[in-house]
Amino acid sequence: MPGFDFSNYNRNAALHARGVPLPKATSTGTTIVGCIYDNGVVIAADTRATSGPIVADKNCEKLHYIAPKIWCAGAGTAADTEFTTALISSNVELHSLSTGRDPRVITCMTMLKQHLFRYQGHIGAYLVVAGVDPTGVGLYTVHAHGSTDKLPYVTMGSGSLAAMSVFESMWKPDLDKAGAVELCAEAIKAGIFNDLGSGSNVDVCVIENDKPTQLMRNYERPNERGQKERNYRFPRGTTAVLNQKIITKEDMKKYVTIETLSGDSNLAGDMDVDS
Amino acid sequence: MTSLLGHPAGGEGIGYSFSQPTAAPVKQHGFYPYTDNGGSTLGITGSDFAILAGDTRSTSGYNINSRMVPKVFKIGGDDETGEGAHIVLSVVGFAADGNALKERLDAVVKMYKYQHGKPMSVSACAQRLSTILYQKRFFPYYVTAILSGLDEEGKGALYSYDPVGSYEREQCRAAGAAASLIMPFLDNQVNFKNQYIPGSGEGHALEQKKAEPLPQATVEQLVRDAFTSAVERHIEVGDHLQMMIITRDGIQEVFHPLKKD
Amino acid sequence: MDHFPGTWGRPRNDVYGAYDPTYLQTTGPKTHTSSPAVTGTSVIGVKFNGGVVLATDNLASYGSLARFTDVKRLRVFGDNAVVGFGGDVSDMQYIDRLLESIDIRENYSTHGNMLNAKNLHTYLAKVFYKRRSEFNPLWNHVLVAGFDVDGKPFLSSADLLGTTFSAPHLATGFGAHLAVPILRRRFPEEMPIEEITREEAVSALKDCLKVLFYRDARSIDKYSIAVITKEGIDLKEDEQIEGQSWAFAERIRGYGRQTN
Repeated sequence: MPGFDFSNYNRNAALHARGVPLPKATSTGTTIVGCIYDNGVVIAADTRATSGPIVADKNCEKLHYIAPKIWCAGAGTAADTEFTTALISSNVELHSLSTGRDPRVITCMTMLKQHLFRYQGHIGAYLVVAGVDPTGVGLYTVHAHGSTDKLPYVTMGSGSLAAMSVFESMWKPDLDKAGAVELCAEAIKAGIFNDLGSGSNVDVCVIENDKPTQLMRNYERPNERGQKERNYRFPRGTTAVLNQKIITKEDMKKYVTIETLSGDSNLAGDMDVDS
Repeated sequence: MTSLLGHPAGGEGIGYSFSQPTAAPVKQHGFYPYTDNGGSTLGITGSDFAILAGDTRSTSGYNINSRMVPKVFKIGGDDETGEGAHIVLSVVGFAADGNALKERLDAVVKMYKYQHGKPMSVSACAQRLSTILYQKRFFPYYVTAILSGLDEEGKGALYSYDPVGSYEREQCRAAGAAASLIMPFLDNQVNFKNQYIPGSGEGHALEQKKAEPLPQATVEQLVRDAFTSAVERHIEVGDHLQMMIITRDGIQEVFHPLKKD
Repeated sequence: MDHFPGTWGRPRNDVYGAYDPTYLQTTGPKTHTSSPAVTGTSVIGVKFNGGVVLATDNLASYGSLARFTDVKRLRVFGDNAVVGFGGDVSDMQYIDRLLESIDIRENYSTHGNMLNAKNLHTYLAKVFYKRRSEFNPLWNHVLVAGFDVDGKPFLSSADLLGTTFSAPHLATGFGAHLAVPILRRRFPEEMPIEEITREEAVSALKDCLKVLFYRDARSIDKYSIAVITKEGIDLKEDEQIEGQSWAFAERIRGYGRQTN
């Protein structure tokens, strides 16, 4: 059966009524922005994901691929932005294959708003959709309830006001590419430093006419962590081992077939371990 | 004619023949006298010193009120400079209550000195603070307090409180927003919890690493690492680290920058 | 006149009917302000070399109605202290009367007016904290600007809960979301306030007021601005936000498909 599975709805409603709290979703309490310029459009995002007051991911990606020249910045419930953009990306691709034309931003935006409107805000995706298509440059916001807006510069997420303060005091018509990128990065930084829901790095995506899309992951990293002052590596044997049992490869072969893969041993060896 | 001009008989409202849906209860916007201003504090003692530290960020919701609002105060010293104080108090939670509590305790310690001609001991001050908190048992000061100084033997003393006055002397304590992040780190690094002496035995016979007072330089490093780590994972902690280092020579106050995102 | 002095001078029962004591109901819970009525929006302020600037717009809203469009929300206290009020306007007027009586008392005292902005802020914060502790809050968020004992520029905030904090630039209400990011960008923390000129501070506040007018639905483009220096207070209460730019609006077409 396609779509969402509601089979636990009644059970969960009953549990909730008896005081069992709803599970906490990872939300991207976020700053995302977009800005058009003479020959294209720029979108940008911070990289902090939170769960309540705790930082769940310090360097997450909030810029989602829809089509080669249509990208989407997402705020709100992390899973909803992820799955909604993936679903629409898939449908946009099929639509493009079926029509034999490049996908349009307006098509993508309409599909998103109709999907979100159907779910009456329960899908908590707040999106900035941007791209270029045969009709020109497009930049839209889509709210979780399905409303959309079309403006030369847009912001969304918990840092939207901080970011908008930058646009409202520095935006001017007829920006060039460098100016638009700089303005968007500046707006994201206003969110990073003034909004607790936003933080870490700036991701930027530039979509331009007749040029491949540039995703500039971690375009700016204004929040590098300094060196720790002490070394927290424990001497071997610090952790109590109550008992141990060694199962050899020969023993295992009684139950499963084992094949040793040849390959680069460094691949698994170099894990990121705190020193 | 009267029925057209005046109210319909039988009280106000339009005289529908069907029963009126009962009006939804008016949504009351009640007054809630507390708020959470975020931030975190931390105290560790040594054999001849105590360190009390806190970040200086003040928050409301997702906003930063100010990047420089100290949470650690000298008690019983000069009003402006804090000179002459030998007790330090940290408060985290609702900042207005924290300030009121600080000012009350400061007045008490000063009055004690004027009336008895000697400074109040840390243990006496700790007991008094507990009383002050419990006096507001049913309208509490919404703060987690830590009181610190040197005891009669010159050893580092640290007392931690709950909002209604339950208190205990401890080696170390973290409080506030990131307490749940910092406290396990302290258990492991100060009291050496879950650390065993390598090769001291087998299984349950393995010997626990003994906690002993740490040197001052180590404690300062632990405090800074605790805070830089809390800043990484808690959104309400950041901006600056304020440290009060209490030794027999007096109280030294130092600030360190923390991340501002 | 009868033998019951308690009824003397009261309307006669045989003429007007028995007195209905339910009008003087004293039972039931005592209630206090639990939400503000007529309100002012943001107050913004910046310190600069030798003083402080404070600004508010001149609007008092009644819910979403722009009710009073020339309300002065900056109140001068003494020779060099100004209070900027956000929140309930009736509570603002009450506090204003409170401050006026203190000012008069101070001026009649032998030592003259000694209260500086810092003292004033401490006093206001304590009034707010006392009232919140009585569950009868004064529904305001104020900024106090002026000088401290050492003559250094002073800017601090106090709100209905008694929470206080201070910074080189502050804003209340919507300004905390929209103006503070602008001010923190223009005057970074590591920049000492001695490097900020009066002109820079004033122009920064004007830019903030403009952004607030663009984006705060409870704001207006008429504002008051007070520059507090050692020389005194330069208060202008009938200013107009200038240099607004709505040209971009002409190019906007609908919210989606529309192009014309």
